[in-house]
Amino acid sequence: MEPETIVNMIKNLIPDAIVELTDLTGTRDHWSAIVVSSEFEGKLPLKQHRMVNKALAEPLATGELHALQLKTLTPAEWESHNS
Amino acid sequence: MSDEPKKISLPIIGAEPEANADAPKTRAEGGDIMTEIEREVTDNAIVLYMKGTPDQPMCGFSARAAGILSTYGVPYYAVNILADQEKRQAIKVYSDWPTIPQVYVGGEFLGGSDILTQMYENGQLDEIIKTVDA
Repeated sequence: MEPETIVNMIKNLIPDAIVELTDLTGTRDHWSAIVVSSEFEGKLPLKQHRMVNKALAEPLATGELHALQLKTLTPAEWESHNS
Repeated sequence: MSDEPKKISLPIIGAEPEANADAPKTRAEGGDIMTEIEREVTDNAIVLYMKGTPDQPMCGFSARAAGILSTYGVPYYAVNILADQEKRQAIKVYSDWPTIPQVYVGGEFLGGSDILTQMYENGQLDEIIKTVDA
């Protein structure tokens, strides 16, 4: 599926999300995503990942999005991630 | 399998937990799979549901999860779900998580391979493992 569609679906549920996508296989159905949001603050990674999975529940269920390798970060973690 | 009739235990309001101590805890004892999983994840401080074994993982994600847990030098209980099709399906329902591997610490579902990797990299896993290292 189109990367813009993935980003929009995530932002639909997590409006302030910054999403960085990498096409792992060149086939547009295996993506690696880094998602950054202030809504992740104070939540365990399980909760953070569940939020993103929920946003993409439909394409994940249909297989349009076959695999999503995911990393979630708070804005503070994102800053140290990039430094 | 035994021919004994299945015991049915209903929760008794106000009863002490010990009242249920004789209830079946595993399928071998005549219990159900969910009870067995619940028992498994509470009786063992760290549990890894995986494809294959830590020595012979049958999937890259399971291998990574086992590899991460092994770096802490603490024992963990590994369950090979390829050898147990009923548990392979049931664990996904129990955790509400669609993929294997799955890691439980102190009875709580922690996550799968991506989450474990993330928590390993940011140090959260180290903190959590310390709390159960008794």
